This record gives sequence, structure tokens and C-alpha cells, in this order.
Amino acid sequence: MKTLNTSANFDAPDDFYEALIDAHRDLDTAQSHALNAALVLLLANHIGDHDVVADALSKARQTVLRS
Amino acid sequence: MKDIDYQKLEFAQSPMPTTAGGRHGVVVVGAGPVGLSMALDMAQRGHRVILLDDDCRLSAGSRAICFAKRTLDIWDRLGVGQAMVDKGVSWNVGKVFFKNDPVWSFDLLPETGHRRPAFINLQQYYCEGYLYEAAAREDNIDLRWRHKVIGVTRESTHVVITVETPDGCYTLSADWLIACDGARSPLRKMLGLENQGRVFRDRFLIADVKMQADFPSERWFWFDPPFHPNQSVLLHRQPDNVWRIDFQLGWDADPLEEVKPEKVMPRIQTLLGPDARFELEWVSVYTFACERMHTFRHDRILFAGDAAHRVSPFGARGANSGVQDADNLAWKLDLVMRGLAPTSLIDTYCQEREFAAEENIRHSSRSTDFITPKSEISLLFRNMTLRLAKDYEFARKLVNSGRLSTATSYAQSALNTPDGDAFSPALPVGAPAPDAPISVQGDRRWWLGQLGAGFVIAVFCPRHPPGAQALRDLARLQEDPLAPKALLVLGKTLDPDGIDTHGLARVHDVDGVAHVRYDARDHTTYLVRPDQHIAARWRGIDPDAILAALRRATRAADEGN
Repeated sequence: MKTLNTSANFDAPDDFYEALIDAHRDLDTAQSHALNAALVLLLANHIGDHDVVADALSKARQTVLRS
Repeated sequence: MKDIDYQKLEFAQSPMPTTAGGRHGVVVVGAGPVGLSMALDMAQRGHRVILLDDDCRLSAGSRAICFAKRTLDIWDRLGVGQAMVDKGVSWNVGKVFFKNDPVWSFDLLPETGHRRPAFINLQQYYCEGYLYEAAAREDNIDLRWRHKVIGVTRESTHVVITVETPDGCYTLSADWLIACDGARSPLRKMLGLENQGRVFRDRFLIADVKMQADFPSERWFWFDPPFHPNQSVLLHRQPDNVWRIDFQLGWDADPLEEVKPEKVMPRIQTLLGPDARFELEWVSVYTFACERMHTFRHDRILFAGDAAHRVSPFGARGANSGVQDADNLAWKLDLVMRGLAPTSLIDTYCQEREFAAEENIRHSSRSTDFITPKSEISLLFRNMTLRLAKDYEFARKLVNSGRLSTATSYAQSALNTPDGDAFSPALPVGAPAPDAPISVQGDRRWWLGQLGAGFVIAVFCPRHPPGAQALRDLARLQEDPLAPKALLVLGKTLDPDGIDTHGLARVHDVDGVAHVRYDARDHTTYLVRPDQHIAARWRGIDPDAILAALRRATRAADEGN
């Protein structure tokens, strides 16, 4: 079973983070939620593998429930 | 010829039986699509069937309208398929709209070479009408109107049924009782049994309207259209210029108010535009549940159709799965009643059809979660999926306006003989046998029409017919008490008249389609069950293996248990 890669995988982590924040620039909260939803769908399809996506969903949910 | 108005038919109450009549073989309760199919199947297999119905009418209102290819294939075997297709509206294409925009179109039968389309739309009263007429012609069926089951007692070897008629009550003893008495199944309640599952908090309005309209024969589904904001709408064509319009109303809608014409007419007018002329045929508000009985067998009482399982209407998995229940049960019950299989074969009805019910409930629940999002975030993802679907292919695959009924593949069934030889995974053992155009003695026919109602040993011969010894082996197999029929499928380059098949039946794969669909080479052999599901297959003709698979498919090893 494939699992989610959680070791560092970005060539340029700061570039990614800047791009993520930039994508949300000037959006109201509802638009930002919509953008995040679109992003989840686009990225999940790119990953494709159900086990990997399920692992990501599980880790994300655990993170929210623990905080 | 003018159509019969089946909704207006009122059958004379059937008289009370004058004698107790001893022990009966099969009693079926409920003359709906499932009970009628079940009774026809058993009757055609030579069994006397008593069919009890508490009413004296067929379906009031259109109700179930979508009948799937697999159901039509089953009804073809029972001899009623053509009437259904002649009257029904055939369709293969569905379109999905978000607001005003088309986002996706799907073709449910993208290839030719099948006798039947993916679906026909046909009012349930026509479906029941044709089944009723076939049942009325059948000497083996004793159809009793206004005979209501009010009590049932389970004995170890039989069932005692108390029946109430307007003239009084009587009792019947039966070896087997088949409960096809619908979603509210009185029999289920009499036994103190319950369905388990989810009830959905949403209401839908069905409005069947008569009008001249130029919408194509396709299934159209709108999410959040301007004419019915924030809700969904489904449009379907039926025969006689009747159109099914299904409006999502939400949980807070008042079901008594919503069926009033003054509420319904403006909704439809907004959809069709101010100039459209139409009249209301049938209006109903419904809610739904996805649930099933824990097990479909209770000693000698077997549940089938809505009595055993319920789904939402999105996907047309209600009546279609019920007819498949009957199809699965009839041949097994027949073999058990004739002493050709142990009673444990009946348990495989439960295993296979409970698996199918689970599959149908899963698909139906998922569709409902997409159509009726349960939370703000669920709605956000749903609407974003629809927005992405306009531009990106991947999102179209996520759009779920109902995953339409396809036949369940019994891939895990204990009746299957797992593959020993290599075959394309496209057609697994346990799947229903695919159709193909073939010819018989020069006349164009359909492959499924040649299979009949018993086991079939199909031997494919694209280039070379089997040798004399193999033909003798096949002829000998036909003499087994289960009477499997050997069928040679000759390749298109072979001359069917130039081959001595030692008396075995032959068909000619004139288009070469059958060989492709069955991934066949010379002497590839399939064992097909009486319900036309694939039980086993090999790359050669091995009589011992065929016999072993036949025993396995009838649970002969359980004999004496």
C-alpha cells in the first residue's frame, strides 16, 4: 500500500508558500474556501492513488482534531 | 392498435378455493414487477405457482419508469421483453447541467452489437400490464386478486399462510413462500423483521406531465437551475408524450401542499416557459431511504425486491435490482424443488443478492450525498466539482446525478470456479454474459437469445471445430440430469453448413463480435448459469472440469447436508 510522502519534497519550499498565499490575494473568505476546495480536487486527482489520498485525508483530519 | 389503459383495469376478485388443496410448491406474494417476473419464471420452469395480491389493480401512477438492459435481457428470456421495448422509449445518453450550462454528457451503451439499449423508459403500469398478460396466459400460474396474506407460520418443512378475502379467510401450506410485497412489506412486519439503513432528510416532487415537447430521448439532470434555484431537477421522456419531471424540494417542504396543482403547475411552467401547454398525469411527493434486510432468507420464506431492500430512485436501482433478485432465485429454487440441488443452493441467492443490494445501496447513497449535500462544506465541494467539470475531464467523473443500474457481477460467489487459465480481466467470472449479434441457420439472431433457461456450455471455435472425441464428450455432458446445453460458436470464416457438429447446436459469429467480447480462442469454453451469469471458463474442452464446475455451481458437494 502506498502512503503519503511527508518528507520534504519541494525544490523551493518558500516559493510554494508564497504562491499559495498569493493565490488567495484579494479573495474574501467564501472565495478562499472555494479556492481551497478547487485545489483539493485538482491535487487529489493528480495524485490519483486512493491509498495516498486516503492517507492525506486521515493525516489532515487527525491534525485538526488534535489541535 | 390502441393501448390498453392498464391503470383503469380492475380485476374481478378471485374466488375462495373450495378445497384446502394440500401442500403447494411455490406461493408468491405481490403481483408487482418482481412478483410477476418470479411467478412467470417458476411457471415456465414447470412449477405450479399461486400468486397472491391484496389488491385488484396494477400500478396506479407511472412510478418506476427506467428499466435497464439487464432487466430487458431477463424479460426477453421470459418472453415479455419485446412488448416492453416496442412500447418504451429507448435511451442511452444522459446530460448533466449546472445552472444553465451543460457540464457533462454520458453514453451508457457506447458500443453497438447488443439487442437491448442501456435503458427504456416505460410507465410501471405498462410494465405490469405486459407481465400480467403473460402470467394470465400461463396455465401454471394461479393469480388470485384481493387475496391478502394476514398471517404466516414457519414450520421446519413448510410455511402455513393465512389468506383473507372479502368472502372469508383460508389457509395455504407451501414449501416455499416468496415475499415480493413491496417496500412496506406486510410479510416482513408479520415476521417481526426490519430493514436497516439510512433515511434521507430530503423531499422530491414527481410530476408526470403530458405535452408535446422536442426534448430528445435523453436523461437530463440539472443542479441548481435558474428555474428551480438551489435544488435539482430531472427530466425524462416516457411513452405517450408523458414526461417525468422530478423536483428536489428540500426537507422543509410540506408534502400535502406540494402536490396541489396550484403549487405544481407554476413550477413546471417556469421550467418549460410561459407558452408551454401541458396537463398533469400524476403527482407524488416522496422521501427515501437506503436500507435492507439483514438476510433475505428466513427458513422457507424468501424476500425479493423492495420488500428486501430499498434505494433512492437516482440510479434506477429499485425495480431493476428486484427483477434480478427473481432471476437469481428462480433457477435455484427450481433445481432444489426438482431434487437436482441441495437446499443450500438457496443460501447463495442470499449471498449473491445481499451483495448486490449492498452495491446498489452504496451507489445510491453516494448519489444522494452528491445531490443532497448534508453540510455547507459538502455543498461547497459539490458546486466546485460542477464548476471544474465544465473545463476539466477529471471532475466530470466525480459528478454524480445517479449511477445508473448495471447488472451486479457475482465476482466473489462460491458458485464460481476461479480461472485456471489466463483471460482478459474485462469480463470476470461471475459477470452476466455479454450479448453479441450472431446468426443461426443464416438468420440474424442475438447471442443471449440462444442461451435459454438452463446451463450452457459454450465452445468457441474461431478457426477450427472441435475434434470428434471432444464433440462426443460434449454430447455426453448434455445427458447430465442438469441438462446443460452445448453450443458451438463458429468463427466468421468457418462455413457452418460444412461442419459436422454431431448434432450439437451451433451459432455463427458472423461479425466476430462474440469472440472478442468473450476473449475467445479455438476451443475456449464457457459454462454459463441459467441466469446467464458466467460460472467458469477454460482454454480447452475438459469434460471433467466442466462437470466439476457444474457441480460447484449447484452446490452438489453439499448433498446430504
